[in-house]
Amino acid sequence: MRLDHLAELNAARNARKAAILITDTASGETQVLVEGQPVPAHLAEAVEKAFRSGKSGLIDIEGRLLFLNVHLPPPRIVAIGAVHITQGLARLAPVIGYDLTIIDPRTAFATPERFEGVDLIADWPEDVLKARGLDPYTALAAVTHDPKIDDFALAEALRRGCFYVGALGSRKTHARRVERLLEAGVTQEQIAKIRAPIGLDIGASSPEEIALAILAQIVEAFRRRSLSGGAE
Amino acid sequence: MTTMLDPLVTADTWAREGRAIAIATVMETWGSAPRPAGSHLVIDGEGNFEGSVSGGCVEGAVITEALEVITSGAPKMLEFGVADETAWRVGLSCGGRIRVYVEKLN
Repeated sequence: MRLDHLAELNAARNARKAAILITDTASGETQVLVEGQPVPAHLAEAVEKAFRSGKSGLIDIEGRLLFLNVHLPPPRIVAIGAVHITQGLARLAPVIGYDLTIIDPRTAFATPERFEGVDLIADWPEDVLKARGLDPYTALAAVTHDPKIDDFALAEALRRGCFYVGALGSRKTHARRVERLLEAGVTQEQIAKIRAPIGLDIGASSPEEIALAILAQIVEAFRRRSLSGGAE
Repeated sequence: MTTMLDPLVTADTWAREGRAIAIATVMETWGSAPRPAGSHLVIDGEGNFEGSVSGGCVEGAVITEALEVITSGAPKMLEFGVADETAWRVGLSCGGRIRVYVEKLN
């Protein structure tokens, strides 16, 4: 591998762009393809498939054994609510390499002291999410319990095709939430994608355990996401 | 930013420090291989390494081969299988098989 190709690949990854490193296993020659760049015709099909699936593998192209190493942007998490659970999430997410942004308009909760070193925004989700686009590589976890804060973010995440949308609250709370979202024009089909009650069922009790259950559910949603559109 | 260790970032950093680097990549897996295709192990000329290509089963052997690749400059495709089939060699106790490509960073 050439050092300039490695640098180019790392730059694309750092910019959250999908990229593929192609290695000719016979010669050792490498080539970097960043999402959106033109692709040589003989590689087009394989490259498109690799970007879609995110799966790396060997392929035989015109008698040459090529390895396509696919690098998709690491999933990131947007959490609504600067609460005890997200303090736990802030410690766990970096371990598995997920970036985390926490949004909460309540300045009593969203303090730098409680969230040292975390990307924390003390503002309304309506205002923040317009600038910071949610995308199919983003997971949204709404954990304030407060419809005024959570609801917009949930609807927006469903509209933008986030690969994971989770909401804290009991089944009863969620039933009321479903009614509100329907009234707000979100479809039943979209609403069905919300994970509620949030988190894998591991019997989590403490806020940190709930954070772990949420994180595990996010990992599951990403690794088992449908390959057709990326968002489902 | 995250604190997760990233072998490709390490490779870049080490190379810029003037170290000789080999990159090992899992290119194919069969059965219950511990690390998926695309996983990296980065090795320098002194045998320092970061990342993994298995659950720790074959890293030692890959590092030995990597030091040769750093000297020769020629890439190599290695294959590892089940430990008990080839008891005198390293293998994967999980029962899988993997192909690992080792190349020099130029």
